[in-house]
Amino acid sequence: MMKIILSNSSDKPIYEQIVEQIRSQILYGELSEGTQLPSIRKLAQELRISVITTKRAYEELEREKLIETVAGKGSFVASQNKELMREKKLAEIENKLSEAIKDSKLLNMTLDDLIEILRFLYEEDKDE
Amino acid sequence: MNNILEVQNINKSYKDFSLKNVSFELKEGYIMGFIGPNGAGKTTVIKLIMNLIKKDSGSIKVFGKDHIKNEKEIKDRIGFVYDDNCYYEEFKLYEIKRIIAPFYSKWNDDLFNKYIRQFELPLDKKLKKLSKGMKMKFSIAMALSHDPDLIIMDEPTAGLDPVFRAELLELLLELMQNENKSIFFSSHITSDLDKIADYITFIYDGEILFSRTKDEISESYGIVKGANELLNEEIKKSFIHCTQSPYGFEALTMDIPKIRQEFGDSVIIERPSLQDIMVHMHMARRQAGNE
Repeated sequence: MMKIILSNSSDKPIYEQIVEQIRSQILYGELSEGTQLPSIRKLAQELRISVITTKRAYEELEREKLIETVAGKGSFVASQNKELMREKKLAEIENKLSEAIKDSKLLNMTLDDLIEILRFLYEEDKDE
Repeated sequence: MNNILEVQNINKSYKDFSLKNVSFELKEGYIMGFIGPNGAGKTTVIKLIMNLIKKDSGSIKVFGKDHIKNEKEIKDRIGFVYDDNCYYEEFKLYEIKRIIAPFYSKWNDDLFNKYIRQFELPLDKKLKKLSKGMKMKFSIAMALSHDPDLIIMDEPTAGLDPVFRAELLELLLELMQNENKSIFFSSHITSDLDKIADYITFIYDGEILFSRTKDEISESYGIVKGANELLNEEIKKSFIHCTQSPYGFEALTMDIPKIRQEFGDSVIIERPSLQDIMVHMHMARRQAGNE
């Protein structure tokens, strides 16, 4: 089941919030290949937002080849090339790390400090 | 995509008020909110569309057709909700329905009865016995019962409590599942209905200040908040309007990149609500008028 939580106070546009959440659910396999997405009108109704917003979100996901729209049938999670998938996930990880780096700079942390934390967390996760 | 409603260069002058070159268009399958303060000209524009008053110049097309030459055909496909009750108050609801229904080729009694049940309207009561909210509900039921392709509503949420406003929202969202339906509604309070509007047209003092998708609006405007010492004459030029308190300023801008570049993280930039935009633009205009 697709999950979407929209925040009105976020400075991210609503369509972008939708794209990000669906994208990450596709990349992490929570939405599997071939899953049908609600129509743009249905999604707009369920989220109580404008049709133009959901339309724009689907168009963006189509551009990224994450979903496919078949005329008269609806939109589906596209089949993902494994290599491409790995690349997209890597890009996501890079994004998240960049965010962490930005935050760490606000605290005047050094690269070594950051690597230390990363190592600690990585090892800890392995133990579980 | 077809324009369901096309208003072009409309002018209409009264003694103390005039509409100046009013233009906008609504595409089939979408919802437009028509917003602006009281007295800005919303009802005048709606009355012009419905051919209840005569324009001085300009053209109006509904379903691609001239609104006067094809008035009968067009009105058969419009569901119109007035801000004031327009039916004879001494009649009972079922009597009003019996009078109005034959005017519409697609009148559907099942649909009418469904809305009557849903809104819990007493058919055997006289209209004048109904509360303001109930009258509005009746007006909406009457407007929707001939399965219109275009729904025009003048201040539909005025006098309605939040519970019914939410119900109305659900109802309209359900109707919009059909991609051939369009909705045009006016409002002076930015209400819950704006959430579902695809386009917003803002009228102020008889002029259209903008008519754009709601997404474009919320992305191109920003509310900037920060400390007073950051302000200088140069930066004020990138503000449409700025208010200050002893503790800081709040401004409306259309130049978010410049503000980010100039101030970085020392200011907060928020997405404005339609209400923020409306109020700041009003104050900017008033200020300009006083100078």
